[in-house]
Amino acid sequence: MTLTSPSALDFAGSPINQILTPEQKIDLYTQMVRIRRFESTALKFYTSGKMGGFLHLYIGQEAVAVGTTSLKGPDDHFITAYRDHGHALALGMSMNECMAEMYGKQTGCSKGKGGSMHFFAPDKNFWGGHGIVAGQTPLGLGLAYGLKYLGREGCCLCYLGDGAVNQGAFHESLNIAALFDIPVVYVIENNGYSMGTSQERSSSYNGCLAQRAEAYAIEWDVIDGSDIYEVRAKTQIAMERAKKQSKPTLLEIDTYRYYGHSVADSKHKGGYRTPEEIENYKKNHDPIAVFERKIIAEGVMTSAQAEAINQQAKDEAAASAKFADESPAPTIADISTDVYWETDNNTPASKIGRHFFND
Amino acid sequence: MSRILTYREALREGLDEELARDSNVVIMGEEVAQYNGAYKVTEGLWKKWGDKRIVDTPISEAGFIGMGIGASMLGVRPVMELMFWSFHSVAFDQLVSNAACVRYMSGGLCNCPIVVRGPANGGTGVGATHSHIPEGLFAAFPGLKVCAPATPADAKGLIKAAIRDNDPVYFMENTLLYGNTGEVPDPADGDHVVPLGVADLKREGTDVSLIAHGRSVIQSLAAAEILQSEHGISCDVLDLRSIRPLDQDAILKSVMKTNKVVLVDESKPFGGVSAMIAMLIQDHAFDYLDAPIKRVCSIDAPSIYSPHIEHEQLPNPRRIVEKVLMLA
Repeated sequence: MTLTSPSALDFAGSPINQILTPEQKIDLYTQMVRIRRFESTALKFYTSGKMGGFLHLYIGQEAVAVGTTSLKGPDDHFITAYRDHGHALALGMSMNECMAEMYGKQTGCSKGKGGSMHFFAPDKNFWGGHGIVAGQTPLGLGLAYGLKYLGREGCCLCYLGDGAVNQGAFHESLNIAALFDIPVVYVIENNGYSMGTSQERSSSYNGCLAQRAEAYAIEWDVIDGSDIYEVRAKTQIAMERAKKQSKPTLLEIDTYRYYGHSVADSKHKGGYRTPEEIENYKKNHDPIAVFERKIIAEGVMTSAQAEAINQQAKDEAAASAKFADESPAPTIADISTDVYWETDNNTPASKIGRHFFND
Repeated sequence: MSRILTYREALREGLDEELARDSNVVIMGEEVAQYNGAYKVTEGLWKKWGDKRIVDTPISEAGFIGMGIGASMLGVRPVMELMFWSFHSVAFDQLVSNAACVRYMSGGLCNCPIVVRGPANGGTGVGATHSHIPEGLFAAFPGLKVCAPATPADAKGLIKAAIRDNDPVYFMENTLLYGNTGEVPDPADGDHVVPLGVADLKREGTDVSLIAHGRSVIQSLAAAEILQSEHGISCDVLDLRSIRPLDQDAILKSVMKTNKVVLVDESKPFGGVSAMIAMLIQDHAFDYLDAPIKRVCSIDAPSIYSPHIEHEQLPNPRRIVEKVLMLA
């Protein structure tokens, strides 16, 4: 993976960024900080045994979710893989429902049935949260196909990791997206590692991963994910292409995660990454630090404001952990709901025949 | 007034009526449009409904089935054809982890009103890769519904119910039944819908219950005829029609009447639909049984190619008759 020096181009001057008000810039910053504080808190309580399963942290990648979702129009839709906390919060899901989901509580966004990898909020155009690598890529295609079929002007942003680019379902999706002129934007969040295997050891490619799009006659671009201005500027072009021309795009956003693939490998000994590599990113490419420096220099925000935003996000995250901790767990009866729409809704069809086969 | 239609025509009529009823119904699959369907089930529909409603897809089962699942979450109602249900394995992640689980994992926020349909049978000399019988496999996933019609009328009535259902329904047809004919109610006499979860007693008898689905129903009816005429044994032939939801009451009613049961199931013996039904019968009608529950399944091996012997691997009247005579 290539970590370029902070962008030589100044995307702050791009039209889509020029129209940002100071308040909107501070909001972008705040959203990134909220994700980081939320996840730091989640890590703390994961480590202390408050939640089960996996915890795939997004820390280091925040500008991708916040930058891309900040471009959301009323009928733009979003779907991602299992590293989904950032997208969920950026799209307006509350810390409470997200934290409670990880705690496996009734008050979680999926009532404790999905866990960390399976957050959903269809009312906010967020369609998950999917656990199988690249399994969401045909679904993102389908959401965009659905928009087109229903005659609605919108697009679907479908995120995937750099490890997902070698899955067959993704290539099938790219082919269909181009063949049918589907308004989908695939966003490879390239953090350099598919679990513990570096990009060089897992993918064969010319130049970059996104360039594979050329084989499908799909437009592509590479983005420095440490610069939220660049993320917005280039993603907006792809979203416009989707909405105005009904054409897909493949974006590759270079980014980095500070923690492991999941918390399970964060302390992986013998390490697939050097401490220097992680330090370099934190120092020079951290999306929050980069943007903080920029907007302070722009005179949009002061250091004191930044500190207050961080403190507020910390408090919000701590409160969400308290909320989650105090929330009730699902009951045994809850195991059997949300299986079939017809039985949940007590329809006539649900009363015919046996749907469940418990003794 | 009923008309005589083939199973294929009846299915097509059901699809056509649903396309007319709901503009969100879209048919997609390999060769379904311009080629008129690999087995001609969708013949003429593209000409009538056009590119938007009848969509030819590339040979990408994971891609287009996943696309249909995604679109269904937005309210489109895709009816997707698998040229053979045997091709399910290349789309398994979509069919199981996405279609079956998305409602659950989202705590009921998403739903997935899709139909996946196509032939699921052996017996056509195409070898093991094209002869899988996956209804038991998919019925084992809560969140999915599975049905397997045996007659033209049921094929039409069930496909209409499947399309209207708000859960994913996996609809298993049979290439050896497509040309079979039977009476199908006239549309002028009203909407012919067969609800999921209702079995149908296709032949009434007193001595033994033959319980089957799909083409095994036809084989059971032929066996019942032989058993009656040559051995004086009178059989109930119960057509399950729907595997999940399952008409347990109809199964138990028949067993409690005859006290002997032979399950006829094209699945392989391990697991499979008949294994589940045997479990239900022993659980709920143990005291009514005068003999152990017996099964006629496909012989437990991958499906053989040889046309000389293939039909002997599947349930057939000879094998069913032999099994019933062992009980009698």
